Amino acid sequence: MSEYDPIKTNISQVITETPNIKTFRLKPERSLDFKAGQFIQLTVPGVGEGPFTPSSSPYEKEKLEVTIMRVGRITSALHDSKEGSVVGLRGPFGKEYPLDKFRGKEILIVGGGVGMAPLRSLFLSLTYRLDDYKKIVFCCGSRTPKDIVFKEAVLNKWQTQFKDKISFRITVDEGDGTWKGQVGLVTTTLDNLDKEISNFRESLAVVCGPPVMMKFTTLKLLEVGYRDENIHLSMEKNMSCGLGRCGHCQMGKYLVCRDGPVFTYEQMKNIPNIWD
Amino acid sequence: MQIVKLPKENLDKFVGSLSKFGEIHAPIKKDENTYLFSKIEDLSKIELNYNRTILPPKKYFLPPTETIFRFSPEKGYEPPKDNLNRKYVLLGVHSCDIHGLKILDLVFSGTYVDNYYFTRRKNTSIIGVSCIPDDMCFCRSMETDFVEDGFDLFLSDMDDSYLVRIATSLGDDMVRASQSLFKEVDKEDIAEYKRKSNEMKNYFKIGLELYNLPEIMDLEYESKIWGEMGEKCLSCGTCSMVCPTCYCYDVFDELNLDGKTGERRRRWDSCLFKDHALVAGGLNFRKERSSRVKNRYFHKQRGFVAQYGRPSCVGCGRCIQSCPAKVDIVEVITKIRSVDYE
Repeated sequence: MSEYDPIKTNISQVITETPNIKTFRLKPERSLDFKAGQFIQLTVPGVGEGPFTPSSSPYEKEKLEVTIMRVGRITSALHDSKEGSVVGLRGPFGKEYPLDKFRGKEILIVGGGVGMAPLRSLFLSLTYRLDDYKKIVFCCGSRTPKDIVFKEAVLNKWQTQFKDKISFRITVDEGDGTWKGQVGLVTTTLDNLDKEISNFRESLAVVCGPPVMMKFTTLKLLEVGYRDENIHLSMEKNMSCGLGRCGHCQMGKYLVCRDGPVFTYEQMKNIPNIWD
Repeated sequence: MQIVKLPKENLDKFVGSLSKFGEIHAPIKKDENTYLFSKIEDLSKIELNYNRTILPPKKYFLPPTETIFRFSPEKGYEPPKDNLNRKYVLLGVHSCDIHGLKILDLVFSGTYVDNYYFTRRKNTSIIGVSCIPDDMCFCRSMETDFVEDGFDLFLSDMDDSYLVRIATSLGDDMVRASQSLFKEVDKEDIAEYKRKSNEMKNYFKIGLELYNLPEIMDLEYESKIWGEMGEKCLSCGTCSMVCPTCYCYDVFDELNLDGKTGERRRRWDSCLFKDHALVAGGLNFRKERSSRVKNRYFHKQRGFVAQYGRPSCVGCGRCIQSCPAKVDIVEVITKIRSVDYE
């Protein structure tokens, strides 16, 4: 048994989230302990292996889920998999969201598109011990109403369940006939943030989404007064071995698989071209 | 460290005796000025007086391609069939290459120890040999011209004999097994060894100045040199393949013709290859050739220093010798350092 050998894993359920995003419920032969923000490697035998971040709660081990957009070879093979298919799983790898640091703080979560996957896992970790945190603001941007991941939870369930302690700001880039909510890029959810967050210098932010979204969100957070070390980014690269060796996810002095995928902006800011 | 003397007329006998300790591999001459590490069947083929081999000894520990497991729907995941436990004696390794292995050790250890690499390391004994630098060697400037550990024995050429440093108990066993072939070091040997050691620095023609280099690299991140290098470099990846410290590898699945069973394998990769930083969906973090060249230099001379406290370059000169576009790392670094170059 080496660290390269995957655990045989059953896909027990496939949930269609959006036209190109599905959530897969996984049943590995051995159960997996992970923390929100860490990633796993999923193998489709004969096709290959790729890194994905669980989107489920770390506290519900029997409900391990990953939420995956159809973009390439491996994700297409996964999307074409049926319930009952066997895949392989390795991990978890990398650094999680530093929840200890979040205690007693006002927390801002900003997600874009399929970047919502790790943020759901984070959200479920935070709400597991909601009293530990002062306040949570949850911002979510999607291309169109059809593209909202975890739509029912984001628009209804969570909003009702946590209405006293968590504010939700949901936007779409382009509305449709049915959409009554906000229209605009995800950065517009950060307008008038002082209504929710009393002290930007002490507040912690978590951002996950496409590089361009993370870039403009980070710039806006810095502008309103967030500190570099309090902005947490998920720097997804092509983590291939997951073990800090194969070199593909090198970013300056960091390897994303070993030192990330969760980094603070403080760690990233002096590395050139982090957004491209 | 114990040091003994091996007269050269006893070398063949000694090397012959080493087959008890494993399959002997050593440099052989392939062509004019071309050497390679190879399995030795005929002791007379061994060439200990060589400048550099095409590939460094890393090929013994991280093979160009290897199976990491086999898979099938019935049996799941099974270990590869390769026998990692074969014993090897690697004779005639230069100081720079021993340093190269020590650098790979850093990378392949850490939280996840690479069992394939370290099992081979454990089963391979290393016998170093001294060398005379040629006009592409810059190990002295990389502080790899001398090595203190990472070998079992180290042979220093004294013309008629070798002074043999015994570094490990395995090395001691090798010497003890052929005790009669060795002699004690006498006063004349010491004088001669010192004379040769003091002369060594005179052989170096080129060098790379390390002082403040990581900071200079940071300051020159936007330098036009990277664009120029992007024009010159062919992205062929030869420099990575021949580099004793390049370790990037690609992991891929190979299906058998039945379409169900197969192997997961890894193979040497290079950050100069266009798809090295490509992710699903077509986003490429280093699409431009110049950004890939820059990444290679920054990783070796900047990022690796930050991670492990030293550059991942040992000054062996292989990349200079092998580059089809005549890119010369010493020239590039010298240019970056020069006050006049903007």
